[in-house]
Amino acid sequence: MGIKMRNAIRLTASYILLVIIAICCIYPALWIVLSSFRPGKSLYSKSLIPERFTLDHYKELFTSQSFLFETWYMNTLKIALFSMVIGTILVLLTSYAVSRFRFKGRKNALSTILVLGMFPGFMSMIAIYILLNSLNLLNTHAAMIIVYAAGAPLGGTLIMKGFLDTIPRSLDEAAKIDGATNFQIFRKIILPLSKPMITYMSLTLFVGPWVDFIFARLVLRTKENWTLAVGLWDLVNSTQDSNFTLFAAASVLIALPITILFIFLQRLLVDGMTAGASKG
Amino acid sequence: MRQHRTIAAVLSAICMGLGQLYNRQWIKGILLLIVGVFSLYYFINNLGDAIWGMATLGDQGSHLAKVNGLTQMVAGDHSINLLIEGLITVMMLAVFLVGYYANIKNAYNAGKQRDMGIAPNNFKQTLNYIFEIKFAQSFLTLPAIGIMFFTIMPIIFMILLAFTNYSAPNNLPPANLVDWVGFKTFTNLVALKTWSHTFFGVLTWTIIWAVLATVTTYFGGVLVALLIQQKGIRFKGLWRVILIIPYAIPQLISLLVMRNMFNGQFGPINQYLRYFGMDGLPWLTDPFWAKVTVIIVNMWVGIPVSMLLVMSVLTTIPKDLYEAADVDGASGFQKFKIITLPMILFSTAPVLITQFAGNINNFNLIFLLTNGNPVVGDYQYAGATDLLVTWLYKLTLDQQRYNMASAIGIIIFLIIATFSIYNYRRTRSFKEEDMIQ
Repeated sequence: MGIKMRNAIRLTASYILLVIIAICCIYPALWIVLSSFRPGKSLYSKSLIPERFTLDHYKELFTSQSFLFETWYMNTLKIALFSMVIGTILVLLTSYAVSRFRFKGRKNALSTILVLGMFPGFMSMIAIYILLNSLNLLNTHAAMIIVYAAGAPLGGTLIMKGFLDTIPRSLDEAAKIDGATNFQIFRKIILPLSKPMITYMSLTLFVGPWVDFIFARLVLRTKENWTLAVGLWDLVNSTQDSNFTLFAAASVLIALPITILFIFLQRLLVDGMTAGASKG
Repeated sequence: MRQHRTIAAVLSAICMGLGQLYNRQWIKGILLLIVGVFSLYYFINNLGDAIWGMATLGDQGSHLAKVNGLTQMVAGDHSINLLIEGLITVMMLAVFLVGYYANIKNAYNAGKQRDMGIAPNNFKQTLNYIFEIKFAQSFLTLPAIGIMFFTIMPIIFMILLAFTNYSAPNNLPPANLVDWVGFKTFTNLVALKTWSHTFFGVLTWTIIWAVLATVTTYFGGVLVALLIQQKGIRFKGLWRVILIIPYAIPQLISLLVMRNMFNGQFGPINQYLRYFGMDGLPWLTDPFWAKVTVIIVNMWVGIPVSMLLVMSVLTTIPKDLYEAADVDGASGFQKFKIITLPMILFSTAPVLITQFAGNINNFNLIFLLTNGNPVVGDYQYAGATDLLVTWLYKLTLDQQRYNMASAIGIIIFLIIATFSIYNYRRTRSFKEEDMIQ
């Protein structure tokens, strides 16, 4: 009887705690979604649920002259997709090479990758800015794609390598005996087996450009070339939060695709996080 | 008997490709010859300027001069462009020299084969050699070039900047020249009262922040994970999805939203506090409360990640450990202390260190939430919640104190690199990776 009682108390307490935590987790998301349907512009509202629902702010996003939402969405999508594809390929190339081959300077290359990833990025931005300027690439999307993709191996290689290390090498050796070239092994064995990790890698490489506003703001000079993040940042900064409901609507549309992807792929995310760091 | 190898090597040393031609490797020889001639042409034209530019950083700023009888402002040397262009040329030279060395070695080896009566590789065999035997190196070339120009070059540039006086207001090109000043920036950072006060203040807060942020999110995550994984809790999947929401929303959005929620005047949080009869708190405007706010918001952002990690560890703990503990009559708390916690700590320790390093550099959270504010009066361009990174950002992009920012960047790097390298070298995936299989 005593144990049952104790159990019931424990469970009730746990449920109460869980509900409180759940409310804390959901509240900001709920608040911003509801705010985006609220008439008026101000941050202040009497209650969480608006008295009247309106779609005006979403309409404004697509009609506004100063907030080129559609153009920015397409820009962002383009930059994010291209950097994702090129970046993923580069990460795969480097991690395959360092995972499967033993060559002189390999450990040093690995340490270098690790160390380079730790420099604060802002200082390099000035150098990259001047470099892009001399290549005549300022204010172009190509520049963004090149820089994002070229940076991808730094962040991704160690994680990806950790994963590739777990694919048994006997598979490669068997294929080698059958006369497969390295490239065939890569394409026919490594690629199919590392699908979950590739998904994770692509996702992170896609999200990066989607939300980056610091570098994008530096390179993209004209409004038509901006990305969503730059536009949103500008909205927040220039209007000093006085156009809050428009900000809310934009936030919802920017966050939605990423949030859905993340929730959908959450199991992969854990594998991704643990593969690089805690393996062994 | 050793004529061929010597002649081939000497010819290759004179010009790329000649040795290969001598060895009758025609296609390879011609290709190398073309590369060699073009490179030589390039370096003859540029190398002198590059070295002059890097050594002097220009010797004339923009100045007044007579152009066609009219006195005009004439653009002078742009020190920073000179520095970068010089750097790029020197890096290309390094690549070229490596290639040149490889070319001589290659000609020597092919000559050696000829001395021994073996025919050197024809072009097809060479290609095969590159793509099969030297596969890894060939595969790595493309990423390596990208990293070299978009990561290494900027980093060297940044390190060099710390040793110049490139800074507002007196040394900004194109109007003025920049000069090398040695370690003066570093001594100023530590010795000049105004700078050192800010530096040590910000450094202290950065470390406090990193420790608190890591510990709170980590143990918060452990707590929540244990809560959900308890025996008897239903709808585990649902709870998990709900609690993962903060992680799924892009930080750019969630942090800007949080900034509005914690708004002192109109934000909903103070509104609720007032509703319950309490005064609203100055969440973002008071130095102390702003620090509390960033920690709280960081918990909101960070706990889901730790939760996911801990949950995945929990599923790997063998059940028989708990059964054995039950047989020995262990209580729930004892089981947690002796089995669960050590297991979790053991397998997530590397992640913990990674997170700690990440928090030192947690730019997004501070920048988007408080932007380092509230401002502290006797700080140099920094606020109460500024971390070293956000201060660095302000010094660079707002204040244009590039040399000071570079010096700070180097210090941040040293701190983080120490942790990360120590951490990484310890993991098995680095030490004994060939034994995992």
